[in-house]
Amino acid sequence: MSDSPLLLLQDVRHRYGERVVLNVPRLSVYAGELLALVGPSGAGKSTLLRLLNFLEAPTEGQVCFHGRPYTPATIPLAVRRRITTVFQHPLLLDMSVRRNVSYGLRLRGQKDGREQTEQALEAVGLQALADAAARTLSGGEAQRVALARALVLQPEVLLLDEPTANLDPANVRVIEEIVTAAIRERRMTIVLVTHNVWQARRLAHRVAFLFEGELLEVAPTERFFEAPQNPRTAAFLRGELVY
Amino acid sequence: MDTIFRGFVEALRLIVELDRSLVEIVGLSLQVSGLALGLSVLLGVPLGVWLGMRRFRGQRLAVATIYTGMGLPPVVVGLVVYLLLSRQGPLGQLGWLFTPRAMVLTQTILSLPLVAGFTMTAINSVPPGLILQLRSLGATPTQVTLTLLYEARAGVLAAVVAGFGAIISEVGSVMIVGGNIAGKTRVLTTAIVLETRKGNFDLAIALGLILLGLTFTANWMLLHLQGRFESTR
Repeated sequence: MSDSPLLLLQDVRHRYGERVVLNVPRLSVYAGELLALVGPSGAGKSTLLRLLNFLEAPTEGQVCFHGRPYTPATIPLAVRRRITTVFQHPLLLDMSVRRNVSYGLRLRGQKDGREQTEQALEAVGLQALADAAARTLSGGEAQRVALARALVLQPEVLLLDEPTANLDPANVRVIEEIVTAAIRERRMTIVLVTHNVWQARRLAHRVAFLFEGELLEVAPTERFFEAPQNPRTAAFLRGELVY
Repeated sequence: MDTIFRGFVEALRLIVELDRSLVEIVGLSLQVSGLALGLSVLLGVPLGVWLGMRRFRGQRLAVATIYTGMGLPPVVVGLVVYLLLSRQGPLGQLGWLFTPRAMVLTQTILSLPLVAGFTMTAINSVPPGLILQLRSLGATPTQVTLTLLYEARAGVLAAVVAGFGAIISEVGSVMIVGGNIAGKTRVLTTAIVLETRKGNFDLAIALGLILLGLTFTANWMLLHLQGRFESTR
């Protein structure tokens, strides 16, 4: 981990109409770390990911990548393409599994992506289903394809929005293993949104707690769970927070 | 029944003998409706995509206008275009009245809202989160649009089929602005009206059967096209 953050939110306030959905004075994401964002539904976690992917511009404040502020309008395509998101619902395209996985490579005009595609399919254990139509897959399989579709791009930053929310334990484990391997072997930077604190504990280097749009606590994983500073973090961890 | 049977025989005879006026009539029908469909697709698909993807002020009005356009009575469109193109009308200078151009114009007006409306519906049926997902995978706005069109391809094809079906079988507007002039603006539908009025029911039925066959072939080819899309996935 270097000192200057890879991604940085500064004085961000985000509104939908009159409602402030996010109020984050400062949040850093460092290269090579896995930062978990936890918090109850409606806390602003998914909104935060959209800002980090430059899919939406904050109403106020700025989002910096490699120390430079960008907005969706100003970010160069090549820079934007170094960040990608896997959403909660896989939303695969109506084509074969293989073509879904290679979709992002084709967007980038890469014609020699065959080998990378096969590697990505192997990584998520779906080589046998490569020629199957994506719409015939089960939920867990579809989410693995969505993950492969992102990993094949070798993004610098991978944003995961509740990737295991609707999956059975076996598929959760498979996906967590893939994520861990991505960090270990490719030094990918990952921001994981989850409402499952146990998953955050298993995977993250640091954990951030978001509540009603406010960032209440950010700490290394162990300290976050063992000695939370904010009483509401503690209440959330005990499962006592009413939401 | 007897008339229909004799019409069937007559239809076969005309087709086998490649009757010259029949070839002319079929050729002009395909040319006029084909050109009108081509123009409608060229304008209507982008318009439908735009309406399906964007949210803007006045959208409801635009959509209501298109939906109204989907049910325009051909005779009324024909009448209005007739008045526009008549010598005293604002577009009289063009000299298009009673020419195939006028027919292409009215049929484009009739099929454009169908193509645009059904394309819009097809694009609307794509999951709303998909645009965000595609952008996050690195798609440019053009790439997003093309992928949405691909995802909605069955509906877009239905839009084209609906546009074609509405104009190839339409008689009201081409009769008014074309005038059913033999060898010049006579198409299958206007010829059927004429032969029916003259009491040549055999010939009228024969032309009707040929029109049906033509529409069927066109739709079958479009579906075949869709099948090829499916298999290249």
